[in-house]
Amino acid sequence: MDFEVNPKGFYGEFGGAFIPEMLYPNVMELQRNYLNILHDAYFQQEYRKLLKDYVGRPSPLYFAPRLSGFYQTRIFLKREDLNHTGAHKINNTIGQILVAKRLGKTRIIAETGAGQHGVATATVCALMGLKCIVYMGKIDAERQAPNVLRMKMLGAEVVPVYSGNMTLKDATNEAIRDWINHPADTHYIIGSVVGPHPYPDLVTRLQAIISEEMKRQLREQTGNENPGFIIACVGGGSNAAGAFYHYLDNPEVRLIAVEAAGKGIDSGESAATMALGHPGILHGSRTMLMQTEDGQITEPYSLSAGLDYPGIGPIHSHLFKTGRAVYENATDEESLEAAFRLTRLEGIIPALESAHALAFLDKGRFKPDDVVVIILSGRGDKDMDTYIRYMEKHDM
Amino acid sequence: MNRIDQLFKDKPGNILSLYFTAGHPALNSTTGIIKTLARAGADMVEIGIPFSDPMADGPVIQQSSDKALKNGMSLSILFRQLRDIRNEVTIPLLMMGYLNPVMQFGLDNFCRNCMETGIDGVILPDLPLDLYLEEYRETMKKYELHPVFLMSPQTDNDRIRLIDQTSGGFIYMVSSSSTTGTRDSFSPEQIGYFERINGMNLKTPRLIGFGISSRETFSMACKYARGAIIGSAFIKMLDSKGDDEASIRSFIQSIRIG
Ligand SMILES: Cc1ncc(COP(=O)(O)O)c(C=O)c1O
Repeated sequence: MDFEVNPKGFYGEFGGAFIPEMLYPNVMELQRNYLNILHDAYFQQEYRKLLKDYVGRPSPLYFAPRLSGFYQTRIFLKREDLNHTGAHKINNTIGQILVAKRLGKTRIIAETGAGQHGVATATVCALMGLKCIVYMGKIDAERQAPNVLRMKMLGAEVVPVYSGNMTLKDATNEAIRDWINHPADTHYIIGSVVGPHPYPDLVTRLQAIISEEMKRQLREQTGNENPGFIIACVGGGSNAAGAFYHYLDNPEVRLIAVEAAGKGIDSGESAATMALGHPGILHGSRTMLMQTEDGQITEPYSLSAGLDYPGIGPIHSHLFKTGRAVYENATDEESLEAAFRLTRLEGIIPALESAHALAFLDKGRFKPDDVVVIILSGRGDKDMDTYIRYMEKHDM
Repeated sequence: MNRIDQLFKDKPGNILSLYFTAGHPALNSTTGIIKTLARAGADMVEIGIPFSDPMADGPVIQQSSDKALKNGMSLSILFRQLRDIRNEVTIPLLMMGYLNPVMQFGLDNFCRNCMETGIDGVILPDLPLDLYLEEYRETMKKYELHPVFLMSPQTDNDRIRLIDQTSGGFIYMVSSSSTTGTRDSFSPEQIGYFERINGMNLKTPRLIGFGISSRETFSMACKYARGAIIGSAFIKMLDSKGDDEASIRSFIQSIRIG
């Protein structure tokens, strides 16, 4: 089975570059250059050095003894939460800022949902001395307020977006519009494996450091580089794509992606794209989308801002269609419960997004000697308000 | 002959095309607006298909699109509204919108409905040119629809030649690197771009769109192309003055130069 993108940007029937003519030169410039840049030895040296000295990679692969005891299986956590800025998002922004510099861009734009990608973008812009503008839905800016303050302190301009549901989809629309209006000097750092080709492939390759390290770490710790299961949450799908990447051609490793079910798949308030969506075109690619029969994109819902998106990266639509990966989902409530379980058993407060991956532990069937890797995509500092409200509600 | 080709054959310049979003300001205003525009002297009308995520549009068209969707507009309702439009309207009519609603309706179904309605051309800004050539061309041909493609100041010469070969009826020449919206005047860079394209001796006629808002910008655009397209400024007028005959007439009169 072939899981690589083809030269036109398609994974099977998904992907492509459905963009208005005004974006064509920008997107073509990236298409023509991204692989050369990524393969360039000097780029690799710079990227790897920053990941090591600045981000703090490799991120630990931590065997979680008490969580393992609770679920009667062998659970390892890939600690992306320990990266500088607190999530996997910086793996991508470090790479993309180096791409942007090589293309001679001086102005950086980004969209953000949870604010983690916005913070990671603002951070690399501060590091490189580049101007940074981050689009963020007004609702998200309110529910992830600490990250707005961090971006501002880092020198970024945070532009609140008032259209649509005022969340991630709308922030992405606004970032694309900004790019149309600034075609020459601006690079758009997309935060997940979404958007027109080559973004899904570019971001996947930059996040693939996650599975590259996992292979080595598992070999050292278990003697076998292949786990039985890899479980990751999906918003657009970048931490999952990076965690799956080096295992795609290895069918004995079971790949499980967990989407946000919000208040439940049938509640009308959900962001579980695979469960509820059909193929369609949004933000420049053909992929699974939550939409009406008339092709209007429906407003998703998740308590977790980083998963509150009606689409999913085209690579995931292809993995779903071919059956290579399985797409599950977890509700707000299940994820909150899982977040507290991890916190109380291991002393690690996860991001609410990552808690969706943890919630699958209650649903999956694992044998005692299975090796289960959970991608802990981020830390929970940004979600403290939500967690405190949960504690008050449950008298904890 | 396709009505768009006929128009460009008959009228040497100052062609005025209007864009509005179907279903805005009210669900049932669509046909009334088209008929009034035709009577008031518009040369061509682009009927916008509302979409939840119009990524190439500025605030005015975004809001009209939202409003139209809230009013309940959809492609099937739109085709029903337009069923008898050709009994009264003879000017060229185009459909303009994003790909996803068209895909969900079904490309063949969409094109067949367009032909049966008397639509002359289709503008789908997020349909890539190469995909059109590979997968869409036959269907559009079959239903005798002109596919209109956009070019922007950033489009390079080779690609302009390809667009010139492919675009049907006319080329939609985007006036600046921007989303849709209104402007008071053109910059020297824009004029330079208009002149550069004029010098290329393209075979397909051009209409300039995006940022045309007044007689001043319209007549300036007409110096460098066969005419121009007005969208946001017309929708703003519909919002402030309404879609009655008098408002639409006085708007057209304030722009037209023959
Ligand atoms: C901690 C964390 N995990 C996961 C995600 C979801 O993104 P993706 O699916 O691209 O990994 C986000 C997005 O903001 C995030 O902040």
